[in-house]
Amino acid sequence: MPKAALAQSLGSPSGFGQSQFAFMRGHAFEARVKSDGGAELLRLTHACLGGGPEPEPGSAQVPDLSAAGPRGRAGRTEIALREATAAGAWTLLDHPMLALDVAGTPAFLEPDAVVVAPDGTWTVVEIKSFPMIDGAADAAKVGAAARQSAVYVLALDDVAARMAADGERAPEVRRHALLVCPKDFSNLPAASAVDVRKQCAVTRRQLSRLTRVEDIAATLPPGLTFDVARPADELSAAVDAVPATYAPECLAACELAFHCREQARARGELTALGRSLRADLGSLTTIEETLAAARGDAGDPDDPAVAALRRAGALRAEALAGGARCP
Amino acid sequence: MSLIDDLARLEAAASGRARPRATVRHRHLSERPLVFVPLTTAGEAGAPLGALIGTERTSPRLLTVAQPRDRDLRFAFLAQLAEILLPYVESFADDVEAAERTETDPETGKRVKIETELCADAPQLIVPSRAGVEFVRLLGRSMRFRRTAEQDPDAPYPAPPRVPLLGRWLTHYGERSRVPGSALLLAMTDLLSRHWATGQSSLEEQHLGALLAWIEAPDGTSGEAAALRAELARDADGQLLCPPAGPATDPAFDNDLLAPAIERYDRARSALAAAVDGVEADALLASLTAAEREIDALVASRTRPTWDAVWRGLDALCALPEAPSAVDRWRGDRWSFTGHRDRVAAGEPPQPRVDDAVTAASKLATREREQARLDAQEALDDPLVMAGRRLAGEAFAGEVTDVVMAYSEGRSPRPRPLITVRTADRPHLDTGVKVYRSLDGKAQSAQFVTYAVEGEDGESSGAAENSGAAESSGDGDGSLVILRVLDKMGRGKEPDAGSVPEVGDRLCWTLFEHEQRGGPKLPDPEDTPWTHGGPPQSAATPSGGPAPGESPDPVTAEDVL
Repeated sequence: MPKAALAQSLGSPSGFGQSQFAFMRGHAFEARVKSDGGAELLRLTHACLGGGPEPEPGSAQVPDLSAAGPRGRAGRTEIALREATAAGAWTLLDHPMLALDVAGTPAFLEPDAVVVAPDGTWTVVEIKSFPMIDGAADAAKVGAAARQSAVYVLALDDVAARMAADGERAPEVRRHALLVCPKDFSNLPAASAVDVRKQCAVTRRQLSRLTRVEDIAATLPPGLTFDVARPADELSAAVDAVPATYAPECLAACELAFHCREQARARGELTALGRSLRADLGSLTTIEETLAAARGDAGDPDDPAVAALRRAGALRAEALAGGARCP
Repeated sequence: MSLIDDLARLEAAASGRARPRATVRHRHLSERPLVFVPLTTAGEAGAPLGALIGTERTSPRLLTVAQPRDRDLRFAFLAQLAEILLPYVESFADDVEAAERTETDPETGKRVKIETELCADAPQLIVPSRAGVEFVRLLGRSMRFRRTAEQDPDAPYPAPPRVPLLGRWLTHYGERSRVPGSALLLAMTDLLSRHWATGQSSLEEQHLGALLAWIEAPDGTSGEAAALRAELARDADGQLLCPPAGPATDPAFDNDLLAPAIERYDRARSALAAAVDGVEADALLASLTAAEREIDALVASRTRPTWDAVWRGLDALCALPEAPSAVDRWRGDRWSFTGHRDRVAAGEPPQPRVDDAVTAASKLATREREQARLDAQEALDDPLVMAGRRLAGEAFAGEVTDVVMAYSEGRSPRPRPLITVRTADRPHLDTGVKVYRSLDGKAQSAQFVTYAVEGEDGESSGAAENSGAAESSGDGDGSLVILRVLDKMGRGKEPDAGSVPEVGDRLCWTLFEHEQRGGPKLPDPEDTPWTHGGPPQSAATPSGGPAPGESPDPVTAEDVL
C-alpha cells in the first residue's frame, strides 16, 4: 500500500524524502565497494570474519541474479545460493532477493549483498554511507543497520532450512553481519562485523506475534478502501478503522505518523507525549483525565498513581508560588 | 523525568502554551556569545555547505561552499571559519586573574597549592540543536590532524595555516560539552527544554522552531498551532516555511533548489575554465559570480531564520534570573578554557583519536561527579527542582517545632542538639541516615534519629518505631522527624549564634550531599596496568617520528564522492 500517497491524501503528508546528494553518495560508495568483481568486499569479509583461504582478486564468482519479478528473482537467488555453497568458492551475490513470511504474506527483501565463503558460511553485507570515524560510527545508525541485517539473516535461515530439508549440506548463516562504511572522512571502505543475534531473536519473536493480515482484514467492514483518490474524511475514517497506537517514535518510521499524531492529540492521549510519561501514570490514559486527577476533581485517591500525582501537583504549585524557598 | 515535569508537560498540552520547568536559569550565558548556525551536505561526512556565524545579532557573517565536493572550496570555508572563530577565542586568552590550583608535587608527592592564572571569562559557543554540537565535534575531528604546508611540505593537499588549530579548539569544545552542567558549547534546544516544558514529546522538542513557538506564544494564542506551523507548513513550492535548524537540510530544499543551483555553478565554472579569450572569460566570470551569489542567497535563506530563532531563545532565557551556582560551574568552564589555552601555547600535539585508558577513566569520573554536583546544585538553586527531589523522597521541607539541647558523650562534650521537624513530605529515612541543609552557603549535616509520635512533647523519649509512626501520622499532618545536628556549630561548648535551627524556622533538608567528593586517584598514563592495555603506545615509542595516534588521516584524490 502506498502509505506516502495515502498520507498526502489525508492532508498530513509525511516529511520523508531523500536528498539527491545523499542518494548519489550512497550509490557511488556502494559501487566502489563492489567494483572489481567484489574483490575489496571479499577481502574485507575475509579480514573480519574469516571463512576459508584468502580470496584471490578476480577469482570470485558473481552470479547473474536477474529474473522476472520479485518471485522469480527470489527463486534465482536460492538456486545461486545452493550452487555457490556446493562449489565451495568465494561468491558475491549482488543485490539478491529474499522472501520472508510476514504476518502470513511474503515480503520480498533486497540486501546489499550476501557473501558465500568457501567453508559454506553465508554472510549478510550491509553497505552504508555514514562514516566510521576512528572505528566508531553513530550508534543509532548502526543499530538500525543491525536490525535491518537481522531480517535478512532470518530470510536466509529459511533458505538454509529448505536446503537441509532437501538433504543438501546445510550451510551456516552467520550471526554477524558485515557493516561496510566509509572510513573517517575518505571514501575508502572500512568494515566491521556486527553481532545481530539479539536483533534476530527480537525480530523472530515480533514476527511470530504479529496478527495475521487476514485476521486484521476480517475485522474491517466490507467495502473499506484506501483508494488515495477518495476524499480525505472518507479516507480518514477508513484509516481509523485499523487500530493503531501512536507514539512519538512513529515519527521516525512511518509515513502516516503525522496523521496518527493529529488523531492522538485530538483525543488527548498521553502516549502522544512519550511512552515513558504514559508509563509513569498507571491507569490514566488521557491528558484531561490526568489533570483532573491531579487537581483532585477525579480519580481514586487510593490509586498510587493518583496519590503521587496529587502530591506532585501540590509541590509544583507551592514551588511556583515561590513559597518553598527555604535554606 | 519526574512526575512534576510530566505534570508541566500535561499542563502545557492542555493550555497550548509552554510551562516553566525551572524558576531560575541554570546555565551561565556569556555577555558576548558566538552563535554558530552550520549547514552540512546530505550524505557526506564533514562536508559543510555553509554557516552563519558571529557575535552580533544584526550582522552575522555568511560563509558558503558553492560546491561542497571541491576540496579547495572546503578548505577556503574552513580558513574563513578559523579567521572568525580563532580571534574570538583568543580575545579571551589574555584577560587573566590570579588563582590557585592544587597539584601534586612530583618530588615529595604532597598536594601543594601553586599560584597560577585563570582567564577572567571564556568564549561561549551557541549552536541551534544537539546535532549542531555533534557537527562541531565532527568538524574538530576532521581538521585537527590536517597538516599545513609549513608543518609538512610534502603533505598532499595541505590545509590552510590556522585550520588544524581551529580543529583542536572545536574538539576541545565538543569534548567539554559532554560534561554535565558545562556551558562552553551549548545547544539552544537543550537550553530551552531544560527551562520550559511543552505539550510535545521530548523527541519533537529537538525542533528549535517548534520549541520556540510554544515558549513565545503571546497571550491568547495557541503555541501548539504555531508549533505545528513551524514544523510542517510549506509554501507553494513545497519548501518548509521554517527551515530545520540543521545542520541537515530538508530534502525538498536539496532536490528542488540547491542541486540545480550547484549544477549551474559547476557549468559556469567549467565554461570559464574552457574560455579562450579575455572578453569571453569576463562574461563567463560574471555568470560564475552570479551562480555563487545564488547559492549564497539559498544558504542565507535557510540559516537566517535559525539564526534569529537562536537569538530569540537567548532573549527568553535572559528573562530568567541566573542561578547562583551557575556562576560557580562557569568557573569550571573557565578553568577548562585556560587549561586548553596553556596546552596549545605549550605546543602539545592535538588530542589523540582514541583516549588512553587513564584519560578515559578520568573523563568518565569527571562526568559522573559533575552530574551529581549539577543535580545537587540545581535543586538547591531552584525550589521547582527541589520539589521533584522532595517528591522522590530525596529531600523534605518543614517547620521546626521543637529544639532540645543535648551533648555528645566523651571527655569534652560537644553540642548535639535534637530538633523536631514537621514535614508533609515522605523522605526515605532510616536510622542513622545523614541529611543536609544549607547554612550560609555551607552544608550543615544532621543525623536522622527517629519519627516522633503526635501529642507527646516531641522528645526522643516519645519516639515510636519509625516506620509505624510514619504510616500512622497520616497524610494531612505529615510526620514529625527528629534529627541530631552534627556540625557547623563552632568550637565552643555553646553553639555559635544562628547555627542551630530555632522553633518556627522553615528548613529544607536533603538526603544527598551538597558538595561532591573527588573519586579515587588514577595512576599516571605511563603506569597504566596491563589489564587496561598497558602504557599508551605514544609514550612507549622513542621520540622521533609522530606517534601513530596523531598522524594525518589518509587522503585520496576525491575525499568526497
